[in-house]
Amino acid sequence: MAGTGKAHLRNTEDTVLSVEDLVVEFSLSKKTAVQAVSGISFDLVQGETLSIVGESGCGKSTLGKAILSLLPATSGSVIFGGRDMTKLDKEAVRNLRPQMQMIFQDPISSLDPRYTVKQLVAEPLEIWSRGNAEEQASKVEELLDSVGIDPAIAGDRKAYEFSGGQCQRISIARSLALEPKLLICDEPVSALDVSIQAQILNLLQDMKERYGLTMVFISHDLSVVKAVSTRILVMYLGKICEIATPDSLYDSPKHHYTHALVGSVPIPDPTKKVAQVILEGEPPSPVDPPSGCRFRTRCPAATELCAAEEPQLRDVGGGNYVACHHPRS
Amino acid sequence: MSSLLSLSNLRITFDTPRGELAAVRGVDLEILAGESLGVVGESGSGKTVLSRASMGLLTMSSAHRSGTVVFDGQDLSAASRDTVRNTWGTGMAMIFQDPMTALNPVRRIGSQLTEGLRVRLDMSKKDAKKRAIELLQLVRIPDPETALRKFPNQLSGGMRQRVMIAIALACNPKLLFADEPTTALDVTVQAQILQLLSDLRKELNMSMVLVTHDLGVVAGHTDKIAVMYAGEVVEYAETKELFANVRMPYTEALLNSIPRLDQKSSGRMAVIEGRLPDPTQPEPGCAFASRCPYVQEKCRTEHPELQKANNGHQFRCHFPLGASR
Repeated sequence: MAGTGKAHLRNTEDTVLSVEDLVVEFSLSKKTAVQAVSGISFDLVQGETLSIVGESGCGKSTLGKAILSLLPATSGSVIFGGRDMTKLDKEAVRNLRPQMQMIFQDPISSLDPRYTVKQLVAEPLEIWSRGNAEEQASKVEELLDSVGIDPAIAGDRKAYEFSGGQCQRISIARSLALEPKLLICDEPVSALDVSIQAQILNLLQDMKERYGLTMVFISHDLSVVKAVSTRILVMYLGKICEIATPDSLYDSPKHHYTHALVGSVPIPDPTKKVAQVILEGEPPSPVDPPSGCRFRTRCPAATELCAAEEPQLRDVGGGNYVACHHPRS
Repeated sequence: MSSLLSLSNLRITFDTPRGELAAVRGVDLEILAGESLGVVGESGSGKTVLSRASMGLLTMSSAHRSGTVVFDGQDLSAASRDTVRNTWGTGMAMIFQDPMTALNPVRRIGSQLTEGLRVRLDMSKKDAKKRAIELLQLVRIPDPETALRKFPNQLSGGMRQRVMIAIALACNPKLLFADEPTTALDVTVQAQILQLLSDLRKELNMSMVLVTHDLGVVAGHTDKIAVMYAGEVVEYAETKELFANVRMPYTEALLNSIPRLDQKSSGRMAVIEGRLPDPTQPEPGCAFASRCPYVQEKCRTEHPELQKANNGHQFRCHFPLGASR
């Protein structure tokens, strides 16, 4: 694992978001700090979906929040709409927020239980004074309709009366109220049943097309992101392991960690005894990460070089960029 | 193999303000000694209530049970609370879904792990500690002596689930219920825990009921599968047979909705439209009729009985897949 490096950046004209050398640090005491995000760079082109995949604690949610400036960046830049968010004052960041919205993991606790569904979806419109009351009401109906919630039946009920899948639909309607350019989804389906997962993933795809969204999709589940992603970024302990298109990532993972992640996904077919790659142990503490490549302590191919030198992201062809001294062939 | 747990016509209802809620509606199931059974279904299908009722854990006054639960030759449905209680730990044990909340946060791992040993097996403090260390080694927790002195919040989710498994296994149960044991865990840790459960089951010659919403999880780790929908078993077969020869449209829909890594993505995913029927308003016909792509008139009016094919494959459908329609 992984490293820094920017071989995968494209710098095209229709770049919506560009993140360079982003570091997010949390201080534990006066002397020690933990780098949850440790020098991450990526860019996102209009209409793309970038998925960020990794285990709990790899920094993927922190990265999502840092992109929205919900957490302060320690160093590095987040360029959105031509402006570096990390250098802007509070008011300027607030004014950019309507263009970037977030959907959270737990759909039930992320909605205020005292609000009706209509109030929940109308709140962003009221805060930003978009249109008069009548226009707002019709916008709310349109949004609820588009996510498959009947405003006439459900509009005056409260969020806790709905199932997890329904609540996630309401969250999506709410996040789209201000017509954002960028939507960050943090584990939007991990709390849902498989059958409902598929409904929400399809809905997100529809909304993306309908509203011309660019998305960042954060998940721990490689099988979930497969259908929705343009590119997938695999993270481990705050660093990038690999970034690739879905098909090349699944067909020939170049990083040993990606390989293990792909091999851990259970396959609903008992005749396919896939060579399950079971990773031993758990990620080491990010407070004191291993030297060199951070994955080396669990990597089957680790050598002395991996301990001594941090690998940089490089192009290995086929649309894969990998940060590994000994990539898989 | 002999029958270890046998449920017949088990029905569990709850009193609710909206009327009687039937969570389990007439389930017949048999688990043989040494066998592993996967119970699969969506949230609200009754799979958790089924496993709790089998263990006698539904003690609230609003829960009502009819039908019988026979465990190891003993009819638990007619037995006293103490008799049922005596099967816990040594007869049946359970691993719960959420390892964060199932452990007591203010007691050390060691005290939670030895409790069962001291109470059920009457072990001395010293023996219990020795056994606790063995158990932690069994579930592959590094440095067990240190782990005994830790509190649950000092362990990761995967490690806590290992502790839960160790507690469940402490008194050598004959049957282990694992209720969504990996749902709260990362996929890499999920693979470790599933492998561990499979290995331990064989090593200890134990039966296991693996309750999950994920058909992928049961595919590699069970002998037989029961698919539940709206409180009923709608399909039951040996694992290989079930995947090779799906008869029930609901199972087919459930399989299709799983995102697959081993198939090319087509962009859109297959979904099951609609949702589970209201459990307080049972429908006269097939419970899946309103969501079934193959629904016919008969399905809406007549409740299908469980049919049994020659190879033991059971399904609850008027127009099963794979038959001429």
